[in-house]
Amino acid sequence: MTDLALPQDGWIGRRMPREDTRRLVMGAGRYVDDLACRGELHAAFLRSPYPHAGFRLDLSQAKALDGVAAVFVAEDLARVCGGLICPDLAFPGMVSPQQLPLVAERAVYQGEPIALVLADSRAVAEDAVELIAVDWQELPAITRLDQSLTQDAPPVHLGLASNLGWSTQIGTDLRDAFAGAALVVETTLDFARNTGVTLEPRGLIAQWDAGALELRISHQMPHQLQLHIAELFGVAMSRVRVICGDVGGGFGLKMHIYQDELATIAAARLIGRPVRFIADRMESLMADIHAREHRIHGRMAVDAQGRIIGFDIDDLHGMGAYSVFPRSSTREAMSALAVIGAPYLHQVFHARLRCALQNKVPTGQLRAVGNPIGCAITERLVDLAASARGEDRLVFRARNLLPEAMQPWTSPSGFRLFGLSHHRCLERLQKLMDLPKLRAEISDACASGRWLGLGFASLVEFTAPNSRSYGPTGAPVAAVDAVVATLEMTGDISVRASVSEIGQGIRQSLAQVMADAMGVPAENVAVLTGDTATVPHGGGAWASRGAAIGGEAAWQAGVALRAQILEIAAALLQAQAADLDIRFGQVVDQHGSARMGLDELSRIVTLQSYLLPDGMQGQLSVSRTYRREADSALPNNGIQAVLVEIDPDTGHISALRHWVVFDCGRVLNPLLVEEQIRGGVVMGLGQALLEACSYDSGGQFISATLADYKVPMADDAPDIEVALVETPYAGSAVGAKGAGEAGACAAPAALLNAVNDALAGQGAQISALPITPLDVLRALGRVPQA
Amino acid sequence: MDNQTLSIACTINDRAIRATIPVRQSLVDFLREGVGLTGSHVGCAHGVCGACHVVVDGVVVRGCLILAVQADGAEISTIEHAATTSIGAALQAAFFERAALQCGFCTSGMILQAAELLAQNPEPSRDEIRAALSGNLCRCTGYHAIVDAVQMASARLSDIAP
Amino acid sequence: MKPAPFRYERPATLEAVLALLDAHGAQAEILAGGQSLMPMLALRVARPDLVIDINRIAGLGDITAIPDGGVRIGARARHAEVMASPLVPALMRSALAHVAHPAIRNRGTLGGSLALADPAAEMPCCMVALGARIVTLSSRGETHHDAASFFHGLYSTARRPDEMILRIEIPPLGPQWRFAFLEEARRLGDYAIAGVALAMGAGEVRLAFCGVEPAPRCLPATEALILAGADPLPGLVELAPMDSDDAPEAYRRHLAGVLLKRALREVGHG
Ligand SMILES: Cc1cc2nc3c(=O)[nH]c(=O)nc-3n(C[C@H](O)[C@H](O)[C@H](O)COP(=O)(O)OP(=O)(O)OC[C@H]3O[C@@H](n4cnc5c(N)ncnc54)[C@H](O)[C@@H]3O)c2cc1C
Ligand code: FES
Ligand code: FES
Repeated sequence: MTDLALPQDGWIGRRMPREDTRRLVMGAGRYVDDLACRGELHAAFLRSPYPHAGFRLDLSQAKALDGVAAVFVAEDLARVCGGLICPDLAFPGMVSPQQLPLVAERAVYQGEPIALVLADSRAVAEDAVELIAVDWQELPAITRLDQSLTQDAPPVHLGLASNLGWSTQIGTDLRDAFAGAALVVETTLDFARNTGVTLEPRGLIAQWDAGALELRISHQMPHQLQLHIAELFGVAMSRVRVICGDVGGGFGLKMHIYQDELATIAAARLIGRPVRFIADRMESLMADIHAREHRIHGRMAVDAQGRIIGFDIDDLHGMGAYSVFPRSSTREAMSALAVIGAPYLHQVFHARLRCALQNKVPTGQLRAVGNPIGCAITERLVDLAASARGEDRLVFRARNLLPEAMQPWTSPSGFRLFGLSHHRCLERLQKLMDLPKLRAEISDACASGRWLGLGFASLVEFTAPNSRSYGPTGAPVAAVDAVVATLEMTGDISVRASVSEIGQGIRQSLAQVMADAMGVPAENVAVLTGDTATVPHGGGAWASRGAAIGGEAAWQAGVALRAQILEIAAALLQAQAADLDIRFGQVVDQHGSARMGLDELSRIVTLQSYLLPDGMQGQLSVSRTYRREADSALPNNGIQAVLVEIDPDTGHISALRHWVVFDCGRVLNPLLVEEQIRGGVVMGLGQALLEACSYDSGGQFISATLADYKVPMADDAPDIEVALVETPYAGSAVGAKGAGEAGACAAPAALLNAVNDALAGQGAQISALPITPLDVLRALGRVPQA
Repeated sequence: MDNQTLSIACTINDRAIRATIPVRQSLVDFLREGVGLTGSHVGCAHGVCGACHVVVDGVVVRGCLILAVQADGAEISTIEHAATTSIGAALQAAFFERAALQCGFCTSGMILQAAELLAQNPEPSRDEIRAALSGNLCRCTGYHAIVDAVQMASARLSDIAP
Repeated sequence: MKPAPFRYERPATLEAVLALLDAHGAQAEILAGGQSLMPMLALRVARPDLVIDINRIAGLGDITAIPDGGVRIGARARHAEVMASPLVPALMRSALAHVAHPAIRNRGTLGGSLALADPAAEMPCCMVALGARIVTLSSRGETHHDAASFFHGLYSTARRPDEMILRIEIPPLGPQWRFAFLEEARRLGDYAIAGVALAMGAGEVRLAFCGVEPAPRCLPATEALILAGADPLPGLVELAPMDSDDAPEAYRRHLAGVLLKRALREVGHG
């Protein structure tokens, strides 16, 4: 039921820059650390330098330092703030002890906050942290994933019988299906831990006045945070105001609730002054959530005609020391399993999942949550099968991709797939790449001794979930979004929206939706987000939901406001509402002649309401909350390709060109969607080639600076060509699906396949990410294995 | 150890500034906290990300890798002043139009570094742009649009220039 | 990530620097470009009592031709200035393109790079390959060091705590000299995993690696093989590469061979 009222030549779908960024290019952004606050204190944390250690503290010297206002430990904060326990309704039996804002007695991961200093400046606070005398008792720790579940692995938390945090099985017995297969391919892939590295680190300023909290924080979901704080501090939600100004990147990292953030809020309450905590980069790399750590084994059965029969998966995932609050660390693995095989028609599916506790920071949800893992294992198996059959990889894909005629289709793992344009995307990709010509160029280059490789990866990602996703888990995550639209007296529209702007440009997209819904130019719409005191409750920014859910709420609010305003106009103009319309901010009649400006109408309603007919109140605001009833998530789809070159002697890998064809339903603003894709692709490139949270043999974290945790820079990224295919979601008026994460879903898989393609002639294979030049040389036998 | 302070006088965005500051404070912290110029950002404070770029005596430097007291007598300009130069203004316009920023946290540093590049090399190739910006981390955009924006600004500037 | 407290001095003369070094020596750090010292201060891995800022000393960054050939580079010459100078051998200019990024090169100095003696840094091995002389100064006077014996190991040099690096002298190398600098690094501007600096004249060759051994040095056996027109790779047994998880000994040795062969090809030898 895609809404026929959607204008043909409207604002939706226009390639427009973001009004918001006019400020940002001038350096006039307002990120949390840009705000001054009278009387504030600065927080710094003593964090555990060990992955597992008991401790006794002597605070006397730290407290005595000039400029230090207080030093708090666990028991101080316990007076005002509760602890976190990750809800496990969806994951029965999950092991995750309570997490206090500051840990007491024994730290279970390196970077865990132990004590908090408040001082006049961050520098003095850090001085004082160094003056805390600590008697450490190092305890046996487990950090390596492959050793975490062994018999003799030391327990992550004292007294645990096993480090198995959670496990599950999905699907059915495969023996018969696999026994009859013409071909079974298998592989094991290892994925290093990654972390988000928002360029703006996490940070907050907490201020309590008479029992009410004003919290400025760099965060993705102010309302969710507001609820948690109200509960943890035992105050009413109306006494907690959370304000997220400009946010310097989120990527999922800023949707969790961190111990240090709670500790800061608690400390502000105890001390009665504003407290600022801005994580420094070392703290960020060490104690922001990590993600991705998996060892995944996959088998795929194929019949004699080259049709995929099914998948058999065994995934071991590193959770860290706790299941991250509130969404859990198991989500990552569940998302990975959900997308395995999803682009392809298949009959059977089985997966075993084990989530291992480790003495490491918890893993949480990072852009594309789990998808890169699921996509990589699928696409690797697909390439292996094609190659075992001696067949072109795209021919194999084309045969197996889920055809449109068979949709909707419910996969053997229980996911409903619909509205997917795989074959159109595949065709489009081949044109975009000019594939025959490119293949000729590649073979010429290879003939002259260069090692080039082409990799492909199809993807399906489940976006914009409705409340069936988190509702049953007990995690207080809103899947609805709300919009309050108001006609102002200057004729412009204020949109107060519960979605969060974190750089993805959702405010611009909503402005375009509202412009069409209301009949005003997009520049006459201002979208406000991020402040719980001014915008209605809703989900914020997660799971690529802004356009699909927030956009729909904006559309409905706009349509309703338009109708309301036409009622008023009809009364004032003594016309029939049905004969009037709004165009370019003017009320027009059937002939399109302007009859009244929206500014004039709004002024009459507000300032000269005696002109309204009796009984008419003249509402200039509309509030709409949108929940999608059907379809628990909206699958999007696409395909990526990348061309890499490997230096045979150094093993150095260069990504030369990258192509993406992507279908996220109705595109609200192609300029912004394309850039979301590109950003995601380069994040995926980082995962494939550079990024790893590394630990030494003693379990010490050794990537605590940006020189050690290597993210892609401009010179590492190729140009990325993007083409969009539009298959609007039929179940909503606007028809948008999620777009923000897909780039990151498939890029690692495409790169892995490309590197293996380049190495195919050498009999070498790579199966661990990130792929370092050393890995390549080892695979080639030019440098001995470790 | 005591927290030594020193008085400095410098010019920041064409304004004379005097201040007494702790010697251990970095220039970017001083600009942000002491002068209220928050357009320069701190993404790492150890020299790797480029978010803190400012121009000191005509060259772009990492604001986190220079002490504020070292700016005594210097002429400093920041992103807040970039619009006063034709290159800065052209880059700001191009970054805006080309959507070469998402969260915007890297943008100040990127624009200042790109401005130095265009001053030295008015028509850089894409590879030259990537190399010149290789010390500026952008986690959001994937860089392609940034390279486009620098080329866009370059093309417009050479249209104006004789 | 803020530095621990320190005292700060910014002397205007060399004499004043030397007096401070005499008084504080090992407890002091010279602040040149700050592109290594400032991160170390911020991470609190460097904790000097005193920071001696040498940026106010006039002429300390000058790059001048030596009358009878060669070039003299003041210790505080910035990487960007060295890169732009026509007086400087091409080897340094091409190596500096691998050193960090423009804004860092605008500030970082040659003297700082040599004093730091990071095993993966490009400039120290270039100094060895160019047969440069590193001149240090203390209140006892100047000391002239051959680059080949200046670098002792990881972050360790012949410089004493009361000395500063004053200047670097590069001997004249005529137009017949050919240079190559090549390196393997994960990303442009990262420190090298391995790099090679090669200088070849008529009947003369000098070669040094960065990132391979704890410090760059001359490699006489390999150089002899090159001069003899033989395969130089067997000569590399004289290397004792560093070993770490991300760059094990065998990997560095392999890269050294690959880079050397490429460098020789680049200078037209082999
Ligand atoms: C992100 C990043 C990437 C980098 N990448 C590279 C790279 O790839 N290759 C590379 O070589 N370097 C790299 N560097 C370091 C850069 O080149 C430094 O500038 C250089 O190593 C030190 O020079 P400086 O002038 O900045 O020294 P400082 O930081 O000022 O000093 C460094 C040390 O040398 C001492 N010192 C300085 N000058 C003197 C002197 N005249 N006499 C005696 N002692 C002195 C100081 O006391 C200090 O201990 C990088 C830096 C950063 C931040
Ligand atoms: S903050 Fe200065 S380089 Fe990152
Ligand atoms: S726009 Fe966010 S870091 Fe560049």
